[in-house]
Amino acid sequence: MNYIGENLLAGQIGHFFALLFLVASLFSTVAYFKASRLQDLVERKIWLRLARIGFALETVGVLAMFFTLYYIISHHLFEYKYAWSHSDRSLQVEYLLSCFWEGQEGSFMLWSFWHCVLGWVLIWKSKDWEPGVMTVISFAQFCVATMVMGVYFFGIKVGSSPFTLTRNEITAPIFSMPNYLTLLKDGNGLNTLLQNYWMVIHPPILFLGFASTIVPFAYAFAGLMRKNHDWTKPAIPWAAFSAAVLGLGVMMGAAWAYESLSFGGYWAWDPVENASLVPWLTLVAGLHTNLVYKNSGYSLRPTYFFYIISFVLVLYSTFLTRSGILGDTSVHAFVDLDMNTQLVLFVLVFFLPAMYLYIRNYKSIPAVIKEENVYSREFWIFIGSLVLFLSGMVIISKTSVPVFNKLFGTHMSPPEDAEFAYNQIQVFVAIVIGLLTALTQYLKYKDTPKAFLGKKIWIPTLIAVLISVSISLFGNINFDKKGPGFLFAIHMAIFAAVYAVVGNIAYIWLGLKGKIKAAGASVAHIGFGLVLVGILISSSKKTVLSWNTTGVSPLRVNPKEKNGATGDPAENITLFKAVATDMGKFMVTYVSDTLNAKDRKRYFEIDFKAKDGSEGFKLYPDVIKQNKGGEGFSANPAAKHYWYKDIFVYITSFQENTQPDTSSFKKYQLSVHDTVFYSNGMIILNKVSKNPAELKTKYAEDETALFMDMTVVAKDGRRYTANPGVAIKGLTELRQIPDTVQSQSLVFLFNGAPDQGSDKFKIGIKESGAITDLITLKVYEFPMINILWIGVIIMVIGFIMSIIQRVKRTPGYLKPVS
Amino acid sequence: MKKTNIAILVLIAISIVVLISYTGDLTTYETISSAKQKEGKFVNLIAKLDKRQPVEYDAVKNPNYLVFTAVDSLGNSIKVVYHNNKPTDMEKSDRIVLKGKMQGDHFECKDILLKCPSKYKDDPNAAKSLPSPVNG
Repeated sequence: MNYIGENLLAGQIGHFFALLFLVASLFSTVAYFKASRLQDLVERKIWLRLARIGFALETVGVLAMFFTLYYIISHHLFEYKYAWSHSDRSLQVEYLLSCFWEGQEGSFMLWSFWHCVLGWVLIWKSKDWEPGVMTVISFAQFCVATMVMGVYFFGIKVGSSPFTLTRNEITAPIFSMPNYLTLLKDGNGLNTLLQNYWMVIHPPILFLGFASTIVPFAYAFAGLMRKNHDWTKPAIPWAAFSAAVLGLGVMMGAAWAYESLSFGGYWAWDPVENASLVPWLTLVAGLHTNLVYKNSGYSLRPTYFFYIISFVLVLYSTFLTRSGILGDTSVHAFVDLDMNTQLVLFVLVFFLPAMYLYIRNYKSIPAVIKEENVYSREFWIFIGSLVLFLSGMVIISKTSVPVFNKLFGTHMSPPEDAEFAYNQIQVFVAIVIGLLTALTQYLKYKDTPKAFLGKKIWIPTLIAVLISVSISLFGNINFDKKGPGFLFAIHMAIFAAVYAVVGNIAYIWLGLKGKIKAAGASVAHIGFGLVLVGILISSSKKTVLSWNTTGVSPLRVNPKEKNGATGDPAENITLFKAVATDMGKFMVTYVSDTLNAKDRKRYFEIDFKAKDGSEGFKLYPDVIKQNKGGEGFSANPAAKHYWYKDIFVYITSFQENTQPDTSSFKKYQLSVHDTVFYSNGMIILNKVSKNPAELKTKYAEDETALFMDMTVVAKDGRRYTANPGVAIKGLTELRQIPDTVQSQSLVFLFNGAPDQGSDKFKIGIKESGAITDLITLKVYEFPMINILWIGVIIMVIGFIMSIIQRVKRTPGYLKPVS
Repeated sequence: MKKTNIAILVLIAISIVVLISYTGDLTTYETISSAKQKEGKFVNLIAKLDKRQPVEYDAVKNPNYLVFTAVDSLGNSIKVVYHNNKPTDMEKSDRIVLKGKMQGDHFECKDILLKCPSKYKDDPNAAKSLPSPVNG
């Protein structure tokens, strides 16, 4: 059949360049490998040139694929499945790129793009390491290329192409019409969660972080092949770069989670977060042992191991997030594209040869026989690296429970309090790492004179003790939900983290004599310490402001159940439009809401006024209607930022008054046991009682309250209760307490007690399509969260400083190889 | 033995102890009838929302009180009480994972995970969102 209006050329171009990418990367791998094995300089040069041509061609392939896919998405060519399932016409221009990383294929292309960039820097800089290192990178490119192929190889699907046609992938009646494109007017759109500015910047940074872990790995692999360990020097700035970018990428993900996800925080130990944190931990461990080797000759063997495992863990995290295996435990996971075997192979094809070479050459990797001195820097850096590595192993093992389930057919699932299961262990890691970060810089390599140590260390120690004790005493760190032991650990960790910050600030003067240029490591450590301080304070002092005391059901007031499900805080509070509601120290009003046509979000204006009149502000949390068949909405939080805390609010549900509310209250006079009818059933007044205990939360202690007890019987037999009431304070102040039966759209008002000589109570009943506009929201306070973000920035600055310093120190390193 | 080797052994031993103690904290996936036998124990229930029964949620009265009926693949059903807001899209979900405890006649739920085929993933029923040739 000839279909009308399809742009088939774009797809053909895409397929062609995908094939070029695959073939060129394979060619480049072989040529680089050949060059790395040849001793003869002339021949080696020929192969090297061929390999570079291959790499240039694969770069062309990757870029062309990128532009082709961008063309398809930006021109809304919905005949292509990628555009149809990941974009639509209403999408803002800035989010067109985000469509790339909504699907697996696009994110693999992003990964290969960064491989190309890194590869060219390596070709420029890595001199005689180029053949070995680039063999690994070209091979990785080949593996990624197979992921975006989408061909069947002996009946097995290899990869998934972004250039497939919608009509070839989906069977639907409309594809029997030649002019189906005139009907296929719009795509499915980009997941609303990704329509956030962090999602434009976070994935590219994170993928650069992921991709860059291959460089230390490739150096280590090439070192094992050549049995030459000089790579450890050029690898240091690469490892530092990778740690900086990966760390930044992970924390940008945390910022995205904080700003746009509604799980009420920046970190939830979600499997996908863990899977990208763990390679960072092992990479930082490797960077430190690498420095130890360069300065003391110790720790070369662990350096190899850490660099190998970091990249393998990146591949493993790719497997976790893309195989669909996390389906039950994570919100992040990509759709399962039936590529599990291929993804497992992707991990093994790097892990097995690297471990084989490592184990076979283990004995020949030089190691110092003499034991490390306990007063030496190398000893404690090694211990710190080991702790980082093992903490990463513990995290990834816990994260891998779904994998164990799959392998052994078990049905284990995360513990009752999954986050605490991580926190209770990692808080001790924070203590150890904090202390080591604070102290280790003061030790010298080989041996430290004890007099030197004693002289330098007491000032920062004293300052850190003073600061952390005052935080402990006056900071109200009273996170006692998990018992005194954990609270004590938090206080210890706060001390260790403060000590890390103070110790490293002081070291810039005491150890480096104020030479800021040489202080990259110290600055990075200060940033890391601040990150720890920020995490500890903001999480242990996170408080719920929207603590709800209204409408507490009798079920909840069960003191025995304090730690059970019913003892949990009721975190949602209901706001009616234009009615000020009491929320702790604030009066909160839902003022209005507007639908923004451009970004299709509904913004709610929430007015906060402190009861003591000290402050007032407005917040605009929003909701965006879900696409892709979802009927609800996803909520984007809003936060009021102070330097010392954030007030963080998000909408958990909203109800809109769709039709104008024309109905008014009908007045009735009822005696006890009287019945009235409404459109869908009847209403019985059972009794009227004074100050009923079960409704105690609805009136104040100094008020006298009268409540009606009414039963609504709907036609379908369901029964509801309603308790409208009045509360009287003194002689003049009268307050009505209306009640509603939402599902029957009924509102009840207690209009008055019987007149003299009558036993009929006055009641107002309103029946309407929708009762009123209302929202429910949660409000949290995160203290000191800015320390965390500032810490991340300082840490990255520190990494950059030390990279610049190291690159400058290498003579001729900035000159390109001729 | 070198001090570093001792440190390695000690730290690995600690890690293993940590992981073993973690397996003790792990919970299990249950059906409604097997969860009923473990009353008071924290479990994960895999079930579906029973759409024939009403979902009781009235933000005006109590935004932290949701009652619905869940039914599992074996056809058993149970009343579920959740002291939080009603998750959006609940009616759309094809599967729900309920974390909580069985308590008397109902399941006291602490957390709800909705599995909507369309929410985070591509829709396996993608064809449904295509316009049909008849009404275009």
